[in-house]
Amino acid sequence: MTPLLLKALTATSCIGAGLAQTLASLRAQLSGLRRCDFETVELDTHIGAVAGIDALALPYEWRRYDCRNNRLAEFALRQDGFCDAVHDAAARYGPRRVGVFLGTSTAGILQTELAYRQRDPLTGTLPEAFDYRCTHNSFSVVEYVRRRLRLDGPAAAVSAACASSAKAFAAGRRMIEAGVVDAALVGGVDSLCLTTLYGFHSLQLLATAPCRPFDVARDGLSIGEAAAFALLERVPQNLASDAVLLAGAGESNDAHHMSAPHPQGRGAQLAMQAALSAASLDPGAIDYINLHGTGTPSNDRAESGAVSGVFGSTVPCSSTKGATGHTLGAAGALEAVISALCLQNGLLPGGAQTVEVDPGLAVHYITRNRHAHARRVLSNSFGFGGANCSLIFSTAG
Amino acid sequence: MSLQAYIDGVGVLGPGIADWPSAARMLGDGGRYTPAAAVLPAPAILPAAERRRTGRVVKLAIAIALEATAQAGVEPGRLASVFSSSGGDGHNCHEICLALAAADREMSPTRFANSVHNAASGYWSIAVGSMQASSVLSAYDASFTAALLDALAQIAVDRQPLLLVAYDTEYPPPLHAKRPIPDAFGVALVLAAARSEKTIARIDAALGEEAEERLADGGLEALRTAIPAARSLPLLRALANPKPSRAVIDYLDTLRLRVEVLPCA
Repeated sequence: MTPLLLKALTATSCIGAGLAQTLASLRAQLSGLRRCDFETVELDTHIGAVAGIDALALPYEWRRYDCRNNRLAEFALRQDGFCDAVHDAAARYGPRRVGVFLGTSTAGILQTELAYRQRDPLTGTLPEAFDYRCTHNSFSVVEYVRRRLRLDGPAAAVSAACASSAKAFAAGRRMIEAGVVDAALVGGVDSLCLTTLYGFHSLQLLATAPCRPFDVARDGLSIGEAAAFALLERVPQNLASDAVLLAGAGESNDAHHMSAPHPQGRGAQLAMQAALSAASLDPGAIDYINLHGTGTPSNDRAESGAVSGVFGSTVPCSSTKGATGHTLGAAGALEAVISALCLQNGLLPGGAQTVEVDPGLAVHYITRNRHAHARRVLSNSFGFGGANCSLIFSTAG
Repeated sequence: MSLQAYIDGVGVLGPGIADWPSAARMLGDGGRYTPAAAVLPAPAILPAAERRRTGRVVKLAIAIALEATAQAGVEPGRLASVFSSSGGDGHNCHEICLALAAADREMSPTRFANSVHNAASGYWSIAVGSMQASSVLSAYDASFTAALLDALAQIAVDRQPLLLVAYDTEYPPPLHAKRPIPDAFGVALVLAAARSEKTIARIDAALGEEAEERLADGGLEALRTAIPAARSLPLLRALANPKPSRAVIDYLDTLRLRVEVLPCA
């Protein structure tokens, strides 16, 4: 595929609002996971919550969209001059030529969960103020961002569970390459809600202590929330030395099980191989792999098999979910931004929380930060329904 | 910008519409549409364990995908796909929200696994053994057009045949009052970059801002606006027309997708 430029970037998660805080936390190997105190949830687990969302107000004009998920999107958009970068693209190309493709798994379903508690005791109807379209529907966050930034181009929510926002990069890339748009705002937004907390609890996949990806004693995942965005454009002739490119994207399906990965990670292998093929790269060209690495015994085992099958056991790799938690539909975009930070800052992040790497997992998992010049990074995202997506980012040089 | 593809197969299912041949008759000159509750077949293609777990959304998606791929004469497991729906399975969502509003918050693991928007894509890939990429989208009422645009972009970029499946089913009360989708409607298309002996039409699509196209038949027009996936009906009308024609399908706000349809049969 033709590489694309990440013209602008931002990410907000429990390890920081914007790039500077996120990088500082990665450098210090901090984790944002705290004991779960979300809403009325009574589960013995840890979460990665973004501070300050409850107090944030959407612009008055767009108040119909008010919900935790869109507040998180708004909070993230305000960082790193991201809105200005989008407005600049709209001015250069026209608002019809800037697309919006965002991944989310649950959007603002929290609003519906709360509305069901407030059903009319006689009629069972939901509260008058509850707005399904602008808060709960998967497209709500896309519509919010598109209206908020006054864009008029093509748009869609990409919703394939925890692969959603990695796949949003692939969707935006297709639209640029096919000539439908000149720039694509891609990324993902997913926020804490009861459906995912109690849902993963029902599958016995929630860790009690902060999640420990690839640890011999790993026992599940910790749920986080995040919003992360990138503006994709064609590569101009003159590139800044720290410019980061989307060099490859590969997608596949497991065709195996709705909520369990293929034991040998066959679908995951196909996605990584497709990304390498799209980038015209050999496995040996990859300097670091940001793993999906949820911390569940089965995910990490399957992913380890898939990674070692494609790359052998020497490429440094880690999961940043011990720091951020699993941000579900936003994870692919958050980890895309982290991958870009790794490339720009010569940082291979050690996996937070992991103490003793499982000797049964045949990958080179790093638990301490490394300072090394990296030119190409691969990021994995896998989800329920067997959805897999791998992205490759590279430096311009 | 103009995007081209060849249509090799069509599947349709909806209220009073059993399949593509019956839809083509209703949409053609002198056709008559009689509304009736949509009848969704059990997905016999799924293993028994998975079949027990599926709701109406998955039944609908699999039925239309099978019709379109059979008509196109392709091995379904070899096709990449684009699945699109406004909101997935409303019944499953209702049950989850009921459970979370109850004192014990006991959630069924199967309900949680089925709550993902890509449930239909996941069950389809298991049913036909497809490990190909599957794009899964939502754009509220514009979900079909968003899927068609993604599919056409994939055809332009990857030059590989693919399956588009757009589907919506009804929401139960009390959600129904907030999202009044009355019944199930779905459309599936097999698209290809090159013409084959199965090709029924060539389409050329471009974004525009023309007036929306309404259907002459009052019942079909009501269906078009009531169920998001039925926004595809103007395109289906043009595909049923033996002469070259144009369809205008709704997209976002004032955006439309203008599709020139050239019959190839």
